[in-house]
Amino acid sequence: MKSKAFRPDVDAPEWKGGYSPYDIIKEGIIAVVIVSILTVLLAIAFGSPDDPSITVKAWSTNDPMDFAATALSELNNTSGTAQYGAPYNKASTGQQLGPLTLAKWVGARIPINTVNDFVINPLKSLPGQPALSSDLSQWSSASTSTRANWVNNYTHAANKMKIVSGQLVVNTTSAGPVPLMMSDLLQMARTGALDQALVTQNGFYTTDYTLPLLFLADGTYMANLAQKQHLTGDQWGMMNETGNYPGQAWLWLYTFWYQVSPMNSSGNGDILVWGIMMVLSAGLLLMPFIPGLRSIPRKTRVYRLIWREHYRDVE
Amino acid sequence: MSTTEIDRQWTTRLRRRVAGKLPPEKLLPDTQPTYVASWIYVFGVTTMAALGVVIVSGCLLALRGPQWWHTSSVGHFVNSLHLWSVEIFFFAMVIHLWGKYFMAAWRGGRALTWMTGVFTFLVSIATAFTGYVSQSNFDSQWISTQAKDGINSTGAGAFWNVLNTGQMLMWHIVLLPLAAVVLTVFHVLLVRIKGVVPPFEKDGAEVAQ
Repeated sequence: MKSKAFRPDVDAPEWKGGYSPYDIIKEGIIAVVIVSILTVLLAIAFGSPDDPSITVKAWSTNDPMDFAATALSELNNTSGTAQYGAPYNKASTGQQLGPLTLAKWVGARIPINTVNDFVINPLKSLPGQPALSSDLSQWSSASTSTRANWVNNYTHAANKMKIVSGQLVVNTTSAGPVPLMMSDLLQMARTGALDQALVTQNGFYTTDYTLPLLFLADGTYMANLAQKQHLTGDQWGMMNETGNYPGQAWLWLYTFWYQVSPMNSSGNGDILVWGIMMVLSAGLLLMPFIPGLRSIPRKTRVYRLIWREHYRDVE
Repeated sequence: MSTTEIDRQWTTRLRRRVAGKLPPEKLLPDTQPTYVASWIYVFGVTTMAALGVVIVSGCLLALRGPQWWHTSSVGHFVNSLHLWSVEIFFFAMVIHLWGKYFMAAWRGGRALTWMTGVFTFLVSIATAFTGYVSQSNFDSQWISTQAKDGINSTGAGAFWNVLNTGQMLMWHIVLLPLAAVVLTVFHVLLVRIKGVVPPFEKDGAEVAQ
């Protein structure tokens, strides 16, 4: 019978050498003890970061102009969320991997209307505001084109937006109820009521922070804080965390791709990086079956270092 | 009941199959081949030990709920234990992975062992990520709002919403750890069944078997 050819990168020689004593239970217990002690020492020496979460209240208090500009971008549909596409809306195609529009194919399964979700509905939750209630009724009963005119006129005048005695001031007389709505939204945010209104739109109990996080992300306040903590994408921020901690160091390769062209400038950068990482992960997973790649260990001969005692004995 | 009938039982068949594949001396060996003599072998068991510490510290954090560690110095210390055990876990796991790569540890019918190891690594990354986005602090706010773009671009964000803190927390403390532990157990059992991969023949020479 013809013997099957031995493939050194696939087959392993049968071990005919000796054996030495091995106490697997003792080894495991020693490992647990050492790792536990090391963990405790590191925790005592370095602790862990816990920078408090930021709030819409803090944002609107510390940077009211950025908050007001962001709120207006939600109202006039120019914000990042308003223009995002799937899964939030159909405003754009979203990112593409060549001809593949994966997000668009899945669709807007987490529907977000920035006008209603970030502005109108929170304002409706404010009690005891006759003037605001009247303006909201005026907004609700107006036609789409009338609303668009109000918002356009306000947006045009907002170039000279200013805060006077804590009040949002935009000089326009042709924006209908919009000036009062925007001013009241800022006041609502500064009391902390908007933080609550954004998370309780779907009921009393909630653990879904999609709306407030998207609202915060549409502004520049959070991004400016993140930049100071070296957390932005061009600062290898994907793998960092606040303070001098190792963070998710295992994401170094994923983060690396965001630093190089075209991913660092392309509007499709995210899906390009994900595409690359999917291919690389599949390659790692299927390494035993990929000719060439599976030969690298044998050809680099690093194994000679690992098994140096074995080779010293047999040679 | 006849002997034949007992032989046909699913339970009997399973027991015999398990006993054949993994007899006690393989499951809990007291000897090992002499070539298993390098510090690189330490990192497999170190990874498992760190996984144990990660799980125990995570369970301690779960006792008082997700906000406890923000308001209690004891809770914060437990969080620090959790963080550093995770760092040790990944450190050991990556060295273990590279070590096994340079041993070409998939040889001799061990491809599934390699694949379960890589898959455990990928699941562990997802587990750690969900931990970072469910911390309920500034890190989780920033990381989740940045990560959403990558995940949304694949279409997966429509179902796996990183801004939904409750969903991420449940994946972090239930689904992904369960997957990681099951994969780890499967991986270790495969190692016990197949044994540790032997060294290459001298200079990687091809020899007839």
